Amino acid sequence: MTPELRFRDPSRARALADTLAQHARALGRKEPVSVMHVCGSHEQAIAKFGLRASFPPELDVIMGPGCPVCVTDVPEVDEAVALATQGVRVATYGDMLRVPGSSMSLADAMARGAHVDVVYGVAQAAELARTTTEEIVFFASGFETTAVATAAVLLADPPPNLSILSAHKYIPPVMEIVAEMPGSKIEGFLAAGHAATITGWGVFEPFVARHGIPVVVAGFEPLDILGGLVRLVEMIGNREVRVENCFPRCVTRDGNRAAQEALWRVFEPSGGMWRGIAHVPNGNLRLRDEFSRWDARRRFTIDMSPLWDHAPAALVAQCQCGDIMAGIASPHDCSLFGDGCTPASPVGACMVSSEGTCRIWHQYGGHPDLRQIRRRA
Amino acid sequence: MRNPAFVEEKISLAYGAGGGAMRALIEQVFAVGFGDVPGGVGLSAMDDGAAIPFGDGYLVFTTDSHVVQPIEFPGGDIGRLAVCGTVNDLAMMGATEPLGLSCAAILEAGFPRADLERIWASMRTACLEAGTTIVTGDTKVMRAGELDRIAITTTGIAFTKRLVRDSGLRPGDRIIVTGTVGDHGLAILATRKELALDGQLASDVAPVNTLIRRALAVAGDGIVAMKDPTRGGVASALHEMADKSGTCIVLDEGAVPIRDEVRAVGELLGIDPLIVANEGKAVIGVAPGVADAVLDALRSHPLGRAAAIVGTCTMERPRSVIVETGVGRRLLIEPDGELLPRIC
Repeated sequence: MTPELRFRDPSRARALADTLAQHARALGRKEPVSVMHVCGSHEQAIAKFGLRASFPPELDVIMGPGCPVCVTDVPEVDEAVALATQGVRVATYGDMLRVPGSSMSLADAMARGAHVDVVYGVAQAAELARTTTEEIVFFASGFETTAVATAAVLLADPPPNLSILSAHKYIPPVMEIVAEMPGSKIEGFLAAGHAATITGWGVFEPFVARHGIPVVVAGFEPLDILGGLVRLVEMIGNREVRVENCFPRCVTRDGNRAAQEALWRVFEPSGGMWRGIAHVPNGNLRLRDEFSRWDARRRFTIDMSPLWDHAPAALVAQCQCGDIMAGIASPHDCSLFGDGCTPASPVGACMVSSEGTCRIWHQYGGHPDLRQIRRRA
Repeated sequence: MRNPAFVEEKISLAYGAGGGAMRALIEQVFAVGFGDVPGGVGLSAMDDGAAIPFGDGYLVFTTDSHVVQPIEFPGGDIGRLAVCGTVNDLAMMGATEPLGLSCAAILEAGFPRADLERIWASMRTACLEAGTTIVTGDTKVMRAGELDRIAITTTGIAFTKRLVRDSGLRPGDRIIVTGTVGDHGLAILATRKELALDGQLASDVAPVNTLIRRALAVAGDGIVAMKDPTRGGVASALHEMADKSGTCIVLDEGAVPIRDEVRAVGELLGIDPLIVANEGKAVIGVAPGVADAVLDALRSHPLGRAAAIVGTCTMERPRSVIVETGVGRRLLIEPDGELLPRIC
């Protein structure tokens, strides 16, 4: 077996699933214990490998606000759409194209003649800017991991005609918001291993101290996730309130110092809305003053008012994306899921992005937990 | 996407992708007022071909158009594809000895004669492999810009005494795939994405009629259903077979033969090899008692070396396909169609 496949080994997975069930049962609860992960990649792995069918009924694993495209707020999309319709070339990730704004997505703007370039990352946007004299705005979404890449480009002599429209978000503050939501049942967090590779697992210590909720850092192979959940449920049972690193092959306490330095030299935290969730203090990453010449918000006058004349599409009122991203609802609670809202014609951002809960559930069969299938009337 | 409510006013690419949208188009437009064959299989059955009662058996009849882009690709070309597509559709009905094919070619003015000769040489080779020939045809040329280079339509006819449908699965039956999965679709995708992947990927396009003949010879009535997993891949084929028979297919993902390079490119592009097209494979439902014999017969043929039993038919959740991943289980979604147009 190749080294990668060791982390998909069926017999070890069964053993871990059994241990997980024992720990969950040992809690002796009437209601299932709820834990949350905050990462689209975790949900993809859970759905792709059908792991929910291996989780014990005493455990609910909920996806929280782990999709950066999904939590990009409507006014942020409107800014990008307004720039594009004003005649500025906007470059962004393919996932961002169809995220709805207040009346239009970037894809709609393209259909009306706006110039939007799909790029794989900020480096490609910078290359594009170097090949032209036109202004290129990179509409930057993503959490701290992706923001580091944006920072690196701005620190390496970026082309003068490139600017950044930052919709970058920072995960640790939103965990506080979710933990403090009234009636929140979340008793533990599974933190994303790749983000922690940058930030280090130490970044979660203040959160744990403030909220008394354990955090386990886990990777993305099936055994990583099962192993992380085993520890998390065990810690809940033992009332061990601390951060545990279950992804030591990649993550250290301090993380990638050079990346953090680049991140915080270029960006500073600021409060901002996360779509459908809340205003998150320090949850957005904005460019520092010394990088203002690359800040699209300062370089251009962005007039979004023409976008507000149109009523949103009728189905949008029924969309549950906000509650789904907050972990309060699941895609099955949404009457549109799989019928009025599909990847081919998405209503909400969660069905647009490959990291959105609804898109992931749909891609992997629509019913991630086969034990709980209820046929729709 | 099983039953899109209506076919829209304008036909979009989705209707050519081989999924639910295409079936809706057939139901609502193409099959209206056509297609019933008393005592046989007509258009409304949406099987791989039609079967018309004839003498002590059936004439099996099918047609297939080809618009693949690029027209020459690693492992094959549009000509080989056009022969194999039709020969394989006939074989899936149990008709493994095609009596002859027709071939209609539509060309764009300016198409190089040398390319045409190369493609027709490739068709001759494919016909030789399948033991058939082209017996009639048609030629049209359109003005430059009115067509993208070339489109080829083949039609095939064959006689069989025993018809195999795609709807015959029963609980307990085993599911066999005759070889590695996802080769054609990912080979074509790789040429489009300009990934510069060292030419590791090649289409599996081949006529499978001699392979199927061998399986039918050992199993007889033990082969209860067949489908060629072209557009939408094995996932689509399994869904149609489960749907039409009212059963549930439980797929053992670890048993599905997939080439390492196909698996790697699939993970790289985020594409499941189960949902991309194959052009030289069959999905076969067999009675449990003959499964091993069929497997041995398939493996003794050059096109069936990697054949494997990949699933079992149950009643756990009728009209569904469940994937056992080894570390869990989930439903397999029926793909809405191909990821890109012009895959075949």
